[in-house]
Amino acid sequence: MSELILQTIVNSIYAASYMSLIAVGLVLIFGVMGVINFAHGELYMAGAYTVVALYSGLNLPFFVAVVVGMVFVGLLGLVMEYAFFRALRDNPLGGLIASIGFLLILQTVAVLGFGVRMAHIRPSTQEKIELFDGVLLTHQRLYVIVAAILLLTALYIFLRKTKFGWAMRACAQDTEAAALQGISLNQITRIAMFIGAGLAGVVGALTAPLVSPTPYMGHSIIVTAFIIIVVGGIGQLEGAVVAAILYAFVHTFVTTFFDGVVADMVGLVLMLLVLVVKPTGLFGANDRV
Amino acid sequence: MSDSKTTITVWIFALTLLAGLLVLPQLLSYSQREIAVFLIINVLLVVSYRLMTLTGEWSLGHVVIMGVGAYASALFSKRLGVPVPLSMFLGASTAGLTAVVLSFPLFRMKGFYFLIGSFAAGEVIRLIWKYFTFPFGGAKGLNLIPSFPDIGWISFFDPVNYYYLCLIVVSVSLFILYRVERSRFGLTFHALHWQDKLAESVGVNTFRYRMLAFTLASFFAGLSGALYAHYIGTVNPTRFDVEEMVYVLIWAIVGGTATFYGPIVGVVALTIVNDVLLRALGFDTIRPMIYGAVLIASVLFMPDGLESIFPKLKRLMMGRKTEPATKSEAGEIP
Repeated sequence: MSELILQTIVNSIYAASYMSLIAVGLVLIFGVMGVINFAHGELYMAGAYTVVALYSGLNLPFFVAVVVGMVFVGLLGLVMEYAFFRALRDNPLGGLIASIGFLLILQTVAVLGFGVRMAHIRPSTQEKIELFDGVLLTHQRLYVIVAAILLLTALYIFLRKTKFGWAMRACAQDTEAAALQGISLNQITRIAMFIGAGLAGVVGALTAPLVSPTPYMGHSIIVTAFIIIVVGGIGQLEGAVVAAILYAFVHTFVTTFFDGVVADMVGLVLMLLVLVVKPTGLFGANDRV
Repeated sequence: MSDSKTTITVWIFALTLLAGLLVLPQLLSYSQREIAVFLIINVLLVVSYRLMTLTGEWSLGHVVIMGVGAYASALFSKRLGVPVPLSMFLGASTAGLTAVVLSFPLFRMKGFYFLIGSFAAGEVIRLIWKYFTFPFGGAKGLNLIPSFPDIGWISFFDPVNYYYLCLIVVSVSLFILYRVERSRFGLTFHALHWQDKLAESVGVNTFRYRMLAFTLASFFAGLSGALYAHYIGTVNPTRFDVEEMVYVLIWAIVGGTATFYGPIVGVVALTIVNDVLLRALGFDTIRPMIYGAVLIASVLFMPDGLESIFPKLKRLMMGRKTEPATKSEAGEIP
């Protein structure tokens, strides 16, 4: 029994890692652009298919494929920023619809390029670590955990210590005041879109061998990500990480001991409870709507 | 707005439209008649959604509420043997009642929190349908739902007859919804959208009015669900998932929600583009891509929705400046 619990904890840490990367990217985009990016799940999908194309298709090394995936999806983020998010900055619902349009385009491209069937990718490594008696962590999952820790730390340092990071936070707090200080809004949104999309891409690329990509895999991930960013308080990076960890643990434990549908239900009810008690999420400011 | 000339124009327009709608099914192929039935049902759905958005809150649970109406009406008629017309009304009432209950947790939230909160509440309902095989039929849902009883020699199995039935029900519902918006309640809904603190300070119970809007909108969404269920004969949880909701959101925003006709224009235009034009051209795989491009183009080039063309057209035709569009009248995107 204790092995099962320990194993579930390890699985929860893995789930928390990829969920927090996705959620942080979404929050970053929301903070600077004021738009909920509905296509975020499809950016994750694009990252996964980069690995399908480069690693499975062209036999490039796995990590080369991952890095290319991150940059490629980051560039997709720039395309989105340039094509419509910039024009729709003060129009959140318009941005939502445009990102839904982009989501449909990305899905169609994936269907045209790779077909609707699941793509199976051979794992890049078969090695695993035995943490305790019978508690296993495959290297494939370890990569995701390490990547989450490294990237989130890097992001934290970037936002707190560098001038760009300060400027970005200023934009998230008050766009007009930031612009008055001579911060180039377009440049900041470009950086935020690149980082936010790139994070989704790297998660998709790293988890590709674990999840068998399909063109519609973004759907479930975006739903989870929405729950997480709302529980954390929209626009709160720390909140997103904390909520991702909470949600991952609850969801993984309930899935292991009951089943997936109950886990979804428990997750949603918990989220509603949080919102009923504190209608702006765990870390959200009280007066902001 | 109230001068008699405009009223006459509106009446002439409405009567022409009605006549057009009456002869429409005779001009269509069989599959297009089916699309027409669903279109009429969707018109009711999206117009009821707009009533909800008048108070300034955007919900992602509206299609699930439609599903509540569909499921309830199907269960009343199938398991309890209630006659179908009555069960439709009961189904719609169940949807309204669900909204009353959901108001208490949901209206503590605002903006994006409400958006996601309503989505979560809807998902919980959907998962309940999925999880409990009795009475909801689990993931496969309910089938063999009794169809609308024949009146004399008129069989409602025929899409044309069902189209006329829906047309009557939906026209009456739209009339009610229109009157509600023009009434004191409707004005209060607008007030809540623009100045909820001010409204509260002059003694408007904002919670109660939000609940009223939500309940009314849900009643008519439930009615559209009931119309759907007894036509197609089967309902399942997937039919009411967030993807369908996204379509309703798209119709409302692309059409525009400032006017009563905006969402109707949106649903009609996008259904024609997606189900008639693109299908006729035969691009099956790349249809979503074209649809996506149409969405992006429409929000970029018509940020106020398709409805904003009409005042412009009118100004062009009149050849003089009339007062700026109806924007000030109603909901703008929050």
